[in-house]
Amino acid sequence: MNKLKKLTKQTLFLPIFCMLLVMLVNVIYDAACGNFAFSFFSISLRNGVLYGRLIDVLNRGSEVAILAVGMTLVVSSSAGTDISVGSVMSLSAAMCCMLLAGFGVSSANELQVPLVVGLLAGIFLGCVCGAFNGFLVAYLDIQPMVATLILFSAARAVGLLLCNNLIVYIRDKSFKVLGGYLGFIPTPIIIAAVCVAVTTILLKKTALGLYIQSVGINKKASRIAGLNSRKIILLCYIICGLCAGIAGIVNASRISSADTNNIGLNYELDAILAVALGGNSLGGGKFNLAGSIIGAYTIQAITTTLYAIGVSSDQAPVYKAVIVIIIVAVQAPPFKQYMSKRAAKRALARG
Amino acid sequence: MENKVILTMRGISMTFPGVKALDHVDFTLRQGEIHALMGENGAGKSTLIKCLTGINAFESGEIRVDGIEGPVVNHSTLDAQKKGISTVYQEVNLCPNLSVAENLFIGREPRTKIGTINRREMNTRAAAIMKELQIDIDVTENLENFSLAIQQMIAIARAVDMECKVLILDEPTSSLDDHEVEKLFILMNKLKAQGVGIIFVTHFLEQVYAVCDRITVLRNGQLVGEYPIADLPRVKLVAAMMGKDFDDLASIKGDMAVDLSHADYYIEAQGLSHKGTIKPFDFTIKKGEVVGLTGLLGSGRTELARVLYGADKAQTGTMKVNGKEVKINAPIEAMQLGMGLLPDDRKAEGIIADLSVRENIILAMQAKQGVFRQISMKEQQEIADKYIEMLSIKTASRETLIRQLSGGNQQKVILARWLATDPDFLILDEPTRGIDIGTKTEIQKLVLKLAKEGKSIIFISSEIEEMLRTCSRMVVLRDGVKVGELTDELTQNHVMQAIAGGDTDE
Repeated sequence: MNKLKKLTKQTLFLPIFCMLLVMLVNVIYDAACGNFAFSFFSISLRNGVLYGRLIDVLNRGSEVAILAVGMTLVVSSSAGTDISVGSVMSLSAAMCCMLLAGFGVSSANELQVPLVVGLLAGIFLGCVCGAFNGFLVAYLDIQPMVATLILFSAARAVGLLLCNNLIVYIRDKSFKVLGGYLGFIPTPIIIAAVCVAVTTILLKKTALGLYIQSVGINKKASRIAGLNSRKIILLCYIICGLCAGIAGIVNASRISSADTNNIGLNYELDAILAVALGGNSLGGGKFNLAGSIIGAYTIQAITTTLYAIGVSSDQAPVYKAVIVIIIVAVQAPPFKQYMSKRAAKRALARG
Repeated sequence: MENKVILTMRGISMTFPGVKALDHVDFTLRQGEIHALMGENGAGKSTLIKCLTGINAFESGEIRVDGIEGPVVNHSTLDAQKKGISTVYQEVNLCPNLSVAENLFIGREPRTKIGTINRREMNTRAAAIMKELQIDIDVTENLENFSLAIQQMIAIARAVDMECKVLILDEPTSSLDDHEVEKLFILMNKLKAQGVGIIFVTHFLEQVYAVCDRITVLRNGQLVGEYPIADLPRVKLVAAMMGKDFDDLASIKGDMAVDLSHADYYIEAQGLSHKGTIKPFDFTIKKGEVVGLTGLLGSGRTELARVLYGADKAQTGTMKVNGKEVKINAPIEAMQLGMGLLPDDRKAEGIIADLSVRENIILAMQAKQGVFRQISMKEQQEIADKYIEMLSIKTASRETLIRQLSGGNQQKVILARWLATDPDFLILDEPTRGIDIGTKTEIQKLVLKLAKEGKSIIFISSEIEEMLRTCSRMVVLRDGVKVGELTDELTQNHVMQAIAGGDTDE
């Protein structure tokens, strides 16, 4: 009993619990349909690459997971969200593909510049966008939502300009690797893992985590204690832009093209939701990166599950909304208080 | 004559994680009395109040309010207000971005016929309330534009205006100057005459004896006793609060007097100023010297210190630290020169509420070392433990969030934060505000000890007595201007005269 209590007090308990719940739905559904009950978890090798629903979740969820890394830091430090990440993804992808294909070319079989140059340029542009957002928020004290609204609407349009209003296809094989497979593992999974790992190391091995949380909780006091609050917030936005850039390029590689109108569409909402599902307060301050990552994959798991159950893609958001409401409500403080009060009452009744 | 009892609390108990905050505490309030609730930091005063007002849920015990059948359990302050219990807390809990009038009427705005807020009536009524309290301000201006003291008075006005039977004042005077305290006392006596029962929580002993009828003393979450004021002289009160006899404060300075005539200057500043807060001033401090900044609230004593520290950037003038000319653009630069600032507004500029005691202590030290040279966890824990022990910070553990600590203990954590950076020059702005008398002495002793080690200290306090005990020189400020310095004949009268303008005799 006591052990259970301790377990439920863990910060990651609820995000993990929600993830498991989604998995359980899969198991029950499969069993009810007469399939193999654990087909959600079954992983096999087909055509020399990993295959299975779980792999699919990890693969497809990579972009949101990468975005969630940056979004977590932004939320923590500035008590606001960066709603431009979806658009910035699209812009980065456009920049990258435009350089690789050459301006005005809609389909390229050969790369015009080395792959690395295109990738770095795209990612760098993401960072620039992040720096722009960060400058507005940290130095001009503009509300994050308003500040990032600018690129939310503008970045995608700039991307279209870069691509001359075309969908730029890159038919070179080397470009496809990022969204494809490295050996038998889907590359996006590896990229997401590297992003998470690098950020985790950065937060663990330096005092950055403490700085970010401190600034997010009390900007004024942090300044008096010797932190450069503005610089730290700026840095968080740059990291967020970096993540958006990476996610954009992964997404472009996945579809071998810069489809500026569709890359990263509505991804900012999933990224914010991932942070919230991970048990992070959108009011800033303390954060839990692992929670956000689990949140990101939970969102993907819900989507994949709905498709597997046979919900059509235009109906899926409705079901997704219902599930999200439940998950968020379960994590809400009043609900937690209610549960702990009930537990206390029961304990009292038992003597 | 025994007045009618309007509030009784019986056997109230409550636990915080790891601490028994209240242990079967009784409290009784009668009609038309001012009842002091006394105790050291963490004795359970604020907790008891919060149980009464519904912020904390108590585990056992019973509250009864006159005129209400059966035991009363409040679930929120709103709940308590409806039952006639209003509260003004130690820290101002109003909305800084709303106008004074809006703050006064939040949740009970006068309405027009169609249900919208009747702003005109709200503003007129607010102005009337302010006038009655002799506070001359524009009620349509935002609250944040006024000093802490005015904000506090507005908080009280709000509570008073709500037709309460029981008024709780939790450290209302800690940010008020003498004149404002006087005003508050007049107000309290007026309410008392109207039959309101007032619970008065304070650390200022003089104030207790100036207005209170009765005293209830708590210690470590337990009731020590309830006494009529006449039966409990000062010394006995202090003894009851501390649970031991109290060594006289006055004696601490005596042997500490140091000859500083040969000491080097730590800071030599000329013509520093910050627009809107402080006019150009000169300032010097020697190594091992304790300088007091004195003046009324808003006189510029806090602002002068902030300019030295770079919290407000100096716009004119020059400054030398250790004989070398420096330009300080941000607090971190001041810290690299060995400075530290304990700000007066603990809640807004001191604590990082959601971080642990440990993180709060090492924060400045870590900031000084830079982001890439992280202090190892083991070292962090050692540092935290060292200062928790040294300053006897009452906390369940070093990982407890600082916001769960009582005000005085939070202050000690911030003090620890600066001591951990091993500063050469420490600015202490109201370090003893809201702190119990025993700890006050400890802090004063600590200040003198640090000075003896050759550190320079600026000490700012509203209590002149306290500064007289620690400072060897006093800088007097008035209306944002440094008006003089006092070195000889540091007596209360002298300082008061200097603050008031020198020509006004008591």
